[in-house]
Amino acid sequence: MGKLARKVALVGAGTSKFGQTFPLRRIPEHWTDAWLNAVATVDNGIEPKDIEACYVGNYSADLFNHQGHLGPMISSLVGLNPKPAPRFEGACASSGIAMRQALITIASGLMDVICVCGIEVMTEVPTVGVTDALATASDVTFEYTAGATFPGLYAAIASAHMHKYGTTHEDLMRVAIKNHINGKENPYAQMQRSIKDLMERKIAKVKGAGGEVPDWKDEFDYLKSPSNPPIAWPLHLFDCSLVTDGAACLFLASEDVAKKFTDTPIWITGTGQGSAAIAMHDRTTLTALEATVEASRQAYQMSGRGPKDMQIAEVHDCFTIAEICAMEDLGFYEKGKAVEAIKNKDTYRDGAKPINTSGGLKSKGHPVGATGAAQAVEIFKQMRGIAERDRQMKFDVEIAMTHNLGGSGGTCVVQIYEK
Amino acid sequence: MSENEITINNYLKYLSERKLMGSKCKKCGQVDVPARKLCSKCIKPATEWTEMSGKGKLAAFSSINVGTPYFVKKGYDRKKPYVFSVIALDEGPMVSAQLVGVDESHPETIKVGMLVKVKFLKVEVEGLPEKVDLGFEPA
Ligand SMILES: [Zn+2]
Repeated sequence: MGKLARKVALVGAGTSKFGQTFPLRRIPEHWTDAWLNAVATVDNGIEPKDIEACYVGNYSADLFNHQGHLGPMISSLVGLNPKPAPRFEGACASSGIAMRQALITIASGLMDVICVCGIEVMTEVPTVGVTDALATASDVTFEYTAGATFPGLYAAIASAHMHKYGTTHEDLMRVAIKNHINGKENPYAQMQRSIKDLMERKIAKVKGAGGEVPDWKDEFDYLKSPSNPPIAWPLHLFDCSLVTDGAACLFLASEDVAKKFTDTPIWITGTGQGSAAIAMHDRTTLTALEATVEASRQAYQMSGRGPKDMQIAEVHDCFTIAEICAMEDLGFYEKGKAVEAIKNKDTYRDGAKPINTSGGLKSKGHPVGATGAAQAVEIFKQMRGIAERDRQMKFDVEIAMTHNLGGSGGTCVVQIYEK
Repeated sequence: MSENEITINNYLKYLSERKLMGSKCKKCGQVDVPARKLCSKCIKPATEWTEMSGKGKLAAFSSINVGTPYFVKKGYDRKKPYVFSVIALDEGPMVSAQLVGVDESHPETIKVGMLVKVKFLKVEVEGLPEKVDLGFEPA
């Protein structure tokens, strides 16, 4: 494993407001919002003339929007033609890959400044189209014909994890409860409500209609009620991330020019990417994601850091079970021990290992191709001390991580950030 | 190129004849299902067809309420879920398949580790070509 030939920094980062916005806000609106928000975070300003390329991460505008060839479309909206504008695809890890490739390009000395776009506008097609488009990130010949949906694959992982380690439905619920509490503090999140808020709103609604008021004592009672129907058992509605439209924008700069843009660059000191067989049945284990283990091994080695050094992390919680697996496969906890940490609230904002302070994919939303870059935006804000509302860490965040998965774990990208 | 070359098309043809076929490596003995031209272990083109016993264990599963368009066409929905499963075959490899003969609406009664056997599922759905899908049922 080599080293980066020179240092690379994140000097600006922003997202659009995530939500279900089609037809009011489409690809151009999300991208220009993300761009403007990222430009506003660059202390000394940044102009198109400063940028040498636009790297675009997008899973499938082809299936969601009937639009291919996204690179030049994205770059032309922000005045970056005729510079190179390649597109990168790795399912839900698409913009994690775009960011990593921008990092490698800059480290090589080829370019000094690259703009990274992550984008997905998913609600142009009806739900059945979304399910179908996401399912093509699995093995279409052998998994899809066996009935696998995207939630179904992670549900199968959950069934194996529950069988091997005794993980329970309540453990899964705890992940969702925590992430919604964080998402409430994120003005760019799709769902800015805690599950308790949602429960109380439902009770008020039933009361208002003169119906029989449910006797839910807490969120767990609510989540065990028909308000949380199964989607792919053991996963229920509140175990699943959202269908989201959104974009994220990152500005990466070499150590030679980073100080021109800001006095406080965030250095990306480690990067790793791993792969596993696209079909789960072709892997050696169903309770761990080997691509995560490999991507994090590379990033730890490159940065000289370890799991204990990560003060906060944004991990890929496309489903609640995925956050549990990530906590273990990244080495934060031993296999089967993550649920104990979750029970102890270690992963809350005031816990020992805060995870998904943004609200995660669960509450912030999961515009699949935008997710990897959007994770970097949250880490940038936390490390710069500009996270909105009440979710800014109370301590100085000096080392952090993003973990971005594609499909059911066929692809994984991990990045490590330092001040 | 022989007629019996290891291809996806020939694997599916065997499936339509109710045979679950894998490949066995003549060099290292690795068994792969579905059959592969390159052995998954030594990556040598040294494989030959081998028929599976069809016996195995349930490794993972999900009872799916919101299914793929293909399974919706087959008549499944929120009220009538189906079970997607990963089966660990006695010969070693794992395969994805529908699990039938279980109580799909009470998935807590389905246990990882239970013994299963192959069940070839004939698909006769209007608007879809007639074919056989791979399925398993409790042994
Ligand atoms: Zn071999």
